[in-house]
Amino acid sequence: MRVDVRAPRFAAWITAVVLAAILITGNGWLALAQLIVFVLGAVSLRHAPYGVLFRRVVAPRLGPPARFEAAEPPRFAQAVGAVFLLIATIGYIAGAPVVGMVATAAALVAAFLNAAFGFCLGCEVYLVLRRTFARDTASGDARA
Amino acid sequence: MPSSPLTGLVVVVAVLVAATVFGVIRRRRDGRFRRYDMPAAAPGTPAGPPDGSAQPLSGSAAPPDGAAARLDGSSRPADRSRRAFHDQGVWAGLGIDTTGSGTALTLVQFSSAFCAPCRTTRVLCEEIARTTPAVRHVEIDAESHLDAVRALDVRRTPTLFIVDRTGRILRRASGAPDRTGLRGAVAESLAAVTATRTP
Repeated sequence: MRVDVRAPRFAAWITAVVLAAILITGNGWLALAQLIVFVLGAVSLRHAPYGVLFRRVVAPRLGPPARFEAAEPPRFAQAVGAVFLLIATIGYIAGAPVVGMVATAAALVAAFLNAAFGFCLGCEVYLVLRRTFARDTASGDARA
Repeated sequence: MPSSPLTGLVVVVAVLVAATVFGVIRRRRDGRFRRYDMPAAAPGTPAGPPDGSAQPLSGSAAPPDGAAARLDGSSRPADRSRRAFHDQGVWAGLGIDTTGSGTALTLVQFSSAFCAPCRTTRVLCEEIARTTPAVRHVEIDAESHLDAVRALDVRRTPTLFIVDRTGRILRRASGAPDRTGLRGAVAESLAAVTATRTP
């Protein structure tokens, strides 16, 4: 599935605002809500709430989409966000706000880099994780 | 024990400032070519880019006498990479001829799936390979060549190496280069390998 590149960028900005609000208010229920948003987006980009908002409200006011990208990197990024927000939600609700803040701050870094620079943190760390933990592979399929 | 909104606001500002600094630095470094060693000096090595239009490298100009020089790109990962593929035949494992009888320059691109910058890099490299007989392009899937990824210290995709016919790395870039930067790096690399060829 390919998506209009503007949709994940828009979603990243909304996400960054919500994460900043979580940091400022320290509200564990807001963290839970964002956790649910991340889980929905990781499962299916079509059901990602901020993407739906973009398609229904913002896209009709813009020109037609010019560029598309694969859905998998944004979905992977949503999954990474969900992991951070799970830790944050537990931290805030269980009365460990420092844990909540650190985890939310980490998610904010990723969301902001994606929104402002088009930088996909998940994509960047994916190869590093693979090369650190996976066994050697060499199947000789160089394309000349 | 609830934390104050002020603490949260301070964290937000600190995070955004740090992330912005990182983003700006990363964007500047993306796609820029770093030089490894210069080849050993030979009589008549050209003093530098003849028309001044080559893409400048980060930091320094070409040494006027063409002597082998360690520039700012020659750091430990580069040394490790160079040793690695000479000692372990990493290039051979990727199907790249290093006996000295192949194409003058090979653009070796490490890519991964779902990587849009990898696609634009491939297009640029194929364009140059098509129009320059001394240059060819090889694309490697990073995930299925983790041994080479580790030996060459590839951390992200796309990572592009400009390699001469003996497998020596002349240039390296991570992130997608632009056409001007790639053409400049290829031109400089061609000049370097041409200058050291025995007639």
